[in-house]
Amino acid sequence: MGDVIRLTTPLTDEDILKLKAGDNVLISGVIYTGRDAAHKRMIEALEKGEELPFDVKGQIIYYVGPSPARPGRPVGAAGPTTSYRMNPYAPKLIALGLKGMIGKGKMSQEVKEHCQKYKAVYFGAVGGCGALLSQRIKKAEIIAYEDLGPEAVRRLEVEDFPVIVVYDAHGGDLEEMGIKEYRVEG
Amino acid sequence: MRVIDVSQITEAIAKLCIEANYELPDDVYQALKEALEKEKSPVGKAVLSMILENAELARQRVAPICQDCGLAVVFLEIGQEVHFTGGSLKEAIYEGVRKGYKEGYLRKSTCHPFTRANVGDNTPPVIHYDIVPGDKVRIVVAPKGGGSENMSMVTMLKPADGLEGVIETVVNRVKEAGGNPCPPIIVGVGVGGTFERSAFLAKKALLRPVGKPNPDVELAKVEQEILERINKLGIGPMGWGGTVTALAVHFEMEPVHIASLPCAVNINCHVARHKEIII
Ligand code: SF4
Repeated sequence: MGDVIRLTTPLTDEDILKLKAGDNVLISGVIYTGRDAAHKRMIEALEKGEELPFDVKGQIIYYVGPSPARPGRPVGAAGPTTSYRMNPYAPKLIALGLKGMIGKGKMSQEVKEHCQKYKAVYFGAVGGCGALLSQRIKKAEIIAYEDLGPEAVRRLEVEDFPVIVVYDAHGGDLEEMGIKEYRVEG
Repeated sequence: MRVIDVSQITEAIAKLCIEANYELPDDVYQALKEALEKEKSPVGKAVLSMILENAELARQRVAPICQDCGLAVVFLEIGQEVHFTGGSLKEAIYEGVRKGYKEGYLRKSTCHPFTRANVGDNTPPVIHYDIVPGDKVRIVVAPKGGGSENMSMVTMLKPADGLEGVIETVVNRVKEAGGNPCPPIIVGVGVGGTFERSAFLAKKALLRPVGKPNPDVELAKVEQEILERINKLGIGPMGWGGTVTALAVHFEMEPVHIASLPCAVNINCHVARHKEIII
């Protein structure tokens, strides 16, 4: 594995363009959470011409629904959820200036193409590491859709949040590269 | 006859829900450690180290192993000499789930299928009852995450498809699933009886200690063959490339109808939770 790249949000086109699939990145700053139900509402809001709960420009959305915080902690376990369920929504948000998504698993060809066209990156976080990842979250605050419980939109302050670049803005795809390297025929 | 008050069941279920979500079973932990040795990809190795470190943190009660604390799947083996008193057994199980998920700071993940409104207390659990000889009650709680459950399937193969058809189905399923179910995974395969019986067998196969072969030597060979084929796919930990995609394949088989070959594949992620108690 190569060196670790440190990034602080919000992200610029320049930040994005230097990232390549397979790069290890530590993210610091503010990121936002959203999963199925929150995305559905955000897109409905856009269709009605309403404002989003936060301006997505330059931001990262983390696909996560944390478990309840234990006393004295800002958040409970907070690992990624499977990203393909956000395929119908992600392209619209990328077109509006969203710079990054954090999740796990594959996303659609359309998302990949949007990453290239609008200079965005799809990051992967390690699934099933909710306890470890929660320690990198210093603050958490619900900013919208509180009724959705674990699916509410949260503003997180993270420090050295570990991710890997899965789709970069140049068409690179970590999954494709990885499978090609380790697949054994027959 | 032995009398058991259902409040004992509530307490046991609550405790098991909490323990299952904070304490990765030793067999899974060991299998992950071996995977770390075997894995050839540096990215894959980094993922496995992180998973092991996470398990330690969860054990210290920093937070649950995974934020998806699962839908509570409860297996109950009830000795036929047991008589329950003090209320409804089913309600006692529900109450145990409510209590465990609340007191353990566990995420409640059940919702209405269409409105998606959260039920709020992680009920209803899925309960599998079995009546067995004796006067004991064995309870297993196996919280099941959505990410890996979504990659599972049941298909009705033709008898002519045979064993090769089953193997193909399993390998293809894992291939399509890629990184979605949080590999390294454990694969439960069920072939037997009807549509739902196969699914049940595949689920039950996941309760076996990781890598413990089926006692039937022929089936154990099939498990090994499927495992090797899966690990040749190159998917690796989290789907980012590597040599360890699955930790184990567990195959359970029973006779089927002369017209059918039902085949179920139940995928479990590396957070393969299950805790049991005998009362
Ligand atoms: S598939 Fe398993 S490890 Fe991955 S997020 Fe779901 S429950 Fe957690």
